[in-house]
Amino acid sequence: MPILWLVLIVLALGAVGYILGRQRAMASAGGDARHLHSLPSYYGSNVAIKAVVPALVLMVIWLLVQPVYINTHVSGMLSETAIPDNSSRGLVMSEVRRTAEGLSNAVNQGLMTEEFATSARADMADVTQRLKDAGQIVTSEVTQPIMRAAQEYRVLSSSLQLYMSIAVILLALLGAAWGLRESQKDFRARNTVEFSVRMLLIGAASIAILTTLGIVLSLVFNTIEFFRLYPAADFFFGLNWAPSFSGRGGSSDLGVLPLLWGTLYISIVALAVAVPIGLFAAIYLSEYASSRVRSVAKPMLEVLAGIPTIVYGLFALLTVGPMLLKVFGDEGLGIMQAGTAVMTAGLVMGIMLIPFVSSLSDDIINAVPQSMRDGSYGLGATKSETIKQVVMPAALPGIVGAVLLAASRAIGETMIVVLGAGAAARLSLNPFEAMTTVTAKIVSQLTGDADFASPEALVAFALGMTLFVITLGLNIFALFIVRKYREQYE
Amino acid sequence: MTDAATNPGAATPRKSSLLTLDDRTRRRNASEARFKAYGITAIAVALFFLIVLLFSILRSGLPAYTTTVADVEFTVTQAQYEEAESQLFKTKAYEQLFIAQLQDQLTESGMQVEFDAAAIERIMGKVGGNIREFYQANPDQLGQPVSFELSSSSRVDGYYKGRVTREGLQESRFLQLSDLDLVDALAEAGIIRQAFNWNFITGADSGVDNPGGAGIGASVVGSFFMMLVVLFLALPIGVAASIYLEEFAPKNRWTDLIEVNISNLAAVPSIVFGILGLAVFIQFMHLPQSAPLVGGLVLTLMTLPTIIISTRASLKAVPPSIRDAALGVGASKMQAVFHHVLPLAMPGILTGTIIGLAQALGETAPLLLIGMVGFVARGYPDGIAAGFVDPNSAMPAQIYTWAARADVAFYEKAWGGIIILLLFLMTMNIIAIILRRRFERRW
Repeated sequence: MPILWLVLIVLALGAVGYILGRQRAMASAGGDARHLHSLPSYYGSNVAIKAVVPALVLMVIWLLVQPVYINTHVSGMLSETAIPDNSSRGLVMSEVRRTAEGLSNAVNQGLMTEEFATSARADMADVTQRLKDAGQIVTSEVTQPIMRAAQEYRVLSSSLQLYMSIAVILLALLGAAWGLRESQKDFRARNTVEFSVRMLLIGAASIAILTTLGIVLSLVFNTIEFFRLYPAADFFFGLNWAPSFSGRGGSSDLGVLPLLWGTLYISIVALAVAVPIGLFAAIYLSEYASSRVRSVAKPMLEVLAGIPTIVYGLFALLTVGPMLLKVFGDEGLGIMQAGTAVMTAGLVMGIMLIPFVSSLSDDIINAVPQSMRDGSYGLGATKSETIKQVVMPAALPGIVGAVLLAASRAIGETMIVVLGAGAAARLSLNPFEAMTTVTAKIVSQLTGDADFASPEALVAFALGMTLFVITLGLNIFALFIVRKYREQYE
Repeated sequence: MTDAATNPGAATPRKSSLLTLDDRTRRRNASEARFKAYGITAIAVALFFLIVLLFSILRSGLPAYTTTVADVEFTVTQAQYEEAESQLFKTKAYEQLFIAQLQDQLTESGMQVEFDAAAIERIMGKVGGNIREFYQANPDQLGQPVSFELSSSSRVDGYYKGRVTREGLQESRFLQLSDLDLVDALAEAGIIRQAFNWNFITGADSGVDNPGGAGIGASVVGSFFMMLVVLFLALPIGVAASIYLEEFAPKNRWTDLIEVNISNLAAVPSIVFGILGLAVFIQFMHLPQSAPLVGGLVLTLMTLPTIIISTRASLKAVPPSIRDAALGVGASKMQAVFHHVLPLAMPGILTGTIIGLAQALGETAPLLLIGMVGFVARGYPDGIAAGFVDPNSAMPAQIYTWAARADVAFYEKAWGGIIILLLFLMTMNIIAIILRRRFERRW
């Protein structure tokens, strides 16, 4: 664990720097802390921060850049002829990486000398055999160009690792020295330390932006790559979803419309279950229920929200599906073929969304001012008339926002549809038929050993992009409505 | 208006009494009662769903914690051992010994059943191999009676749990009808019994053809390492971000951008975070696939908005007078926040963090994309460092893998896994509630 050691060394330098900085500052004040500008601990912290932070930042950046650099460098060594016809540069590179790892492990186990691992040129069969003896996973035979690339890979990464350690420790020492030089009694250590802490806080807050940026970039680049291989018009307007699994054949139909329809249909069923139940539950809890009923029923509803979606998925697959099949299947009404169907997934998703709708609506109904209710009662309206004609219209925008948020959840929900909705993509109106959704197909296209260069795998990113755009739009719209409404009464 | 329309001219007072209700009032009252009933129904329906859900979890999950074992007391003498070892099919020889002794035990208890080696193999798996292994490891036990606890095959287990019935049984090389007679006889003789399935709690995932041997232990460890990553990244980053946004951030475009981002990230579907993890951590940074470290990073990004939102709420709940008092005695803004506001907000922050962790613990979809599927959880990691980077699964992903398998016997494991997952979640939530009750302060 050289990186762990490196981190520990840097932290130790920081700790030593803290003690030295504190002592030096105290000495400069003649041992009396009152003569210092700041508390003595700030002088220590100043040195420690200057030693640790730049060094660790350098290390993280180095670790991020190093694999990219090595990859491009080694990949440049491989000539076009070294890449087999039925393969791609990416696959060959992963083989190179595997071989390099295998060599390192074999050296660690003592089955190869370091010299042999770095210089073996001649007998590839011998090398392959030795790697296999060492228990390393290698393909049938390591070829010359791959071996050479793997050796280069090893040499490069070990030397870069060494440079990194030297650079990081050097930077830590320099930082500590700089901090120590500053540790004089007139130095405004507190201001410096607080400035750095503030910068760290800003950095932490910016991670949210980095995450969004990461999501957008990873989706956009891969989607563009996908559209280079597969026409965008066919993706957006294709009525057929039939990816080929045979490999790199171009015979896949990757139309998104059946998936979008499945997503929409399941979400509609889910909302048809969740909105009436959730809304009435919220109305009852906020307008009718005594505080005792409320204190019991509300947490019980929230238990439904705390249950992980995988549990709902299993519930759909193994309990609700067979139950529906008994009623609507061949023994009953005869309109359902299998337990996995739009109805199954929609029903269970609806159950999942009940607490979501009810707690959001509850907040919104509670935010309607009591004076409006009192006015209505004063005119002789009953409770239900007040709710229907005064409270609901006032709360409507907020409730629409809540329903939109629930819809965005339903669209993005994965595990329930993966397990409960089936795998067949079709455009049909029968809710008892199996359909599939965008999220379910993202999972099925990206699990397993997908080759990231094929359109069958890259389509998942285009699907993800579609999903992201739709849910983002719904969320922004919903938040806009909810926020606008809140401002009205507060 | 109505009166005027029906009785033009003669304005007679409407005949109504306060003591008897007129039609209109009755209608209004009925509609009031109906409306209230809708509300009660809605709550009842929701609670009914909850009860059905919990009931089916318990009913289908509890059988995973028992397993069918056969207790056989068995003696091999030195001579028998040497004879068996000298034969060509050594395990076969042990099996013969075993069958002979089993036959004796059955006759002793007055039972008469015909069976052959193949039947034993169908019921208890490869008995001979197990016995041979034991005696090779413990040669000193030769000649003494040793009681073996042999786990039965998953189909016999299913017979006891109602998955396999006599009527629905299809005779196959896995189980035949005559085997069930033997099983019944063995059970009557007290040889086959139900035992607690420790292997389910401590074991790792098994192959597709061995549902009986599957355990959730390894993926619990995977989940644990992931939660460590989430805790040590999400808590400090989340708290730092909230402190900045709540206490220091000036009102400008950058702050607005961050705020909008956080509220949007909270609503981004979890699978999108999986795509992010796949593209950035695995494709771009070449971090190891299926590693709890990567899973933890993805879940950290997913949990951050939750933690930030709850932390900001608890920072906001600390009254400004505390800050003013600290500033008044000469503390800097930073000192006021870190020495006074933060400690007071800590219970709320911890509660929010635990709830965020519980959410992350139950998340499945992003883990599937970065390769943390169940079947990679084949064993425990070798050490702490290996725990972070070695391929492993997590509890929900393991449950998904079991649910997606064709063999029905795995469904029981999936439900059983859910019980463990829910126990963890319940514990975390109870801790959060206790923290809130114990330290909550009303200003």
